[in-house]
Amino acid sequence: MAGSIWIAALATAITAGTPILYAALGEIIAERAGVMNLGVEGMMLVGAVTGFMVGVQTSQPWLGFLAAILAGGTSATVFAFLTITLRANQVVTGLALTIFGTGLSGFLGKPYIGVPLPLSFKPIDIPVLSRIPVIGPVLFHHDVLVYLTYILVPLLWYYFHRTRPGLSLRAIGENPGAADALGVDIFKLRYLYVIIGGMLAGAGGAYLSLAYAPSWLENMTAGRGWIAVALVIFAMWDPVKAMIGSYLFGGADALSYTFQAANITIVPTFFFKMIPYFLTLIVVILATRRTLVKHIVTPGALGIPYDREER
Amino acid sequence: MSSSNKLITWQKRLAPSPTMTVAVTVSSILLALLFGSVLLISTGFSPLEVYHDMFTGAYGSTYGLSETIVKAIPLMLAGLGVSIAFRMQLWNIGAEGQFYMGAFGASGLALAFPSWPGYILLPLMVVAGCAMGGLWALLSAVPKAKWNVNEVITTLMLNYVAILWVDYLVYGPWKDPQGHNFPLSARFSPGATLPAFGNTRVHLGLVFAIVAAAIIYLALRRTRWGFEIRVIGENSRAASYAGMNIRRNVLLAMFISGALAGLAGMSEVAGITHRIQHDISPGYGYTAVIIAWLAKLHPVAIVLVSVLFGGLIVGGYTVQTSGVPSATVYMLQGAILFFVLGSEIVTHYRIHFGRKEEE
Repeated sequence: MAGSIWIAALATAITAGTPILYAALGEIIAERAGVMNLGVEGMMLVGAVTGFMVGVQTSQPWLGFLAAILAGGTSATVFAFLTITLRANQVVTGLALTIFGTGLSGFLGKPYIGVPLPLSFKPIDIPVLSRIPVIGPVLFHHDVLVYLTYILVPLLWYYFHRTRPGLSLRAIGENPGAADALGVDIFKLRYLYVIIGGMLAGAGGAYLSLAYAPSWLENMTAGRGWIAVALVIFAMWDPVKAMIGSYLFGGADALSYTFQAANITIVPTFFFKMIPYFLTLIVVILATRRTLVKHIVTPGALGIPYDREER
Repeated sequence: MSSSNKLITWQKRLAPSPTMTVAVTVSSILLALLFGSVLLISTGFSPLEVYHDMFTGAYGSTYGLSETIVKAIPLMLAGLGVSIAFRMQLWNIGAEGQFYMGAFGASGLALAFPSWPGYILLPLMVVAGCAMGGLWALLSAVPKAKWNVNEVITTLMLNYVAILWVDYLVYGPWKDPQGHNFPLSARFSPGATLPAFGNTRVHLGLVFAIVAAAIIYLALRRTRWGFEIRVIGENSRAASYAGMNIRRNVLLAMFISGALAGLAGMSEVAGITHRIQHDISPGYGYTAVIIAWLAKLHPVAIVLVSVLFGGLIVGGYTVQTSGVPSATVYMLQGAILFFVLGSEIVTHYRIHFGRKEEE
């Protein structure tokens, strides 16, 4: 039955990767619009705590999930106001959002530590597909929120590459001056995409507290928001590659727990826990070198506030 | 079709006035406290009581004040470190990890040579702490200098690695056999502990921090290195046309930045805990980023703002006994930074109401 262990590990890689995937998709949208929001970790935590609180109060995981999306969007609005309207430094503002989100979620969530969630998202088999050997149990025995990403990823790809608004989105990240001259409202669109990005980060947080862990723990994202930011570079701002990447990270995460559970003690658990962070490091370095060599796709105006008078 | 039909326009100021900067910073802090009080009220606390207790806990007694300084020491050192990288637009978010590695380097020496006298051991621990912190920062600086790899991500990932590394040591090979299974190392010998002032816990690290601030202050104004750092930070293209070696300066600035955070870690283990243990930093490295930004990267201001934030930490501990969540302090720190960031437009731009004349 050695095969079933691997199937279980692959399935866990997907659930462990899903919160990172949500957050990375959100960050891809924001960065394609030219805004680097480093507050992902904070927005995820705010989403996780809000989703959990609403989930506990109403016993409706879907309401929790929606509340988390709203909370993530609200946090991103603050970021957008500071960086787009007030032109504050994006790096420092993102960090402020992470510190603030960590504090706020810890503050609000304190009474919810150890509280059980009455109803969480549970795996649902997709008829027919889940019966396929190997692929079925790995891909089609998950909760609805995982299936949602299966739809979201191709949709996003289509939006970026095959639609007019998607073209404008890429334009404001590449060359806002030119987009402005064509009559694209940069400020409005950057707001929109930063907020959508925050909503997805909130969704990723809620996935942790409503489906993956079902519980609330202070700082429960444990750096996943930062991993998502790194993943965006690894994926070169492409949703499909982000999906593959997040399962890779999810796999590394899951592996450390599998080894722990199997009591494999040749290497201390602390080193297994380092794997996702090391992987991120190596991946960011390799991905950046690759972008450098092939001259590809870093949004040209990433991180630069748009100032009409300095155009 | 330009901004001429807008009712409000921002006009850049040439240089923000210092009075205005201070006024804006103080009002940002007040606004953050106001914001915090809304949340405190909504969760059933009296904000006036909480803030009063925090203030008296942090500054109201000799003991409180000395504890505030104790917390301010690592913040000063790490904040100074962060500020040097920030001056060159290098976003070193890794002070936390550099702190842990500095503590690791110093502790390694202290545990290996307990019989050495302090006048040899302590200077070596300072060197080891600085070197480990600096090398940890170089792990991010080298890819940055060579391939322009995003240093925010790399410094941050290395934080998690450093913390796990120290955890491995204190849960494993360095665990104190007499420690009742707690994740901490054996106690340092007297030769490995920094002297303290009077009967407080304020230790020699305070002197390190003040000396470091003075050196940085002078170096930025009087030396060629300080001049280069300032020029590269403001306009790296101009700097490279002027023949400055940007790569070397990136490496050097990150090394010094990490070394100061490492020194903070060294002085914390040698001055306060007298051993290395799990969770030696309650996020000093991250708070240092806020402090550096709030102080506008000015070394003297960093020392002063650190005392303020040290007080915030000590005040936070004080009110935890009455049930206020420990996360309140981070929430307030984040809120202060938000308001400061938001108000920077007031110091950097002049708000102009009404229609702008056509040019």
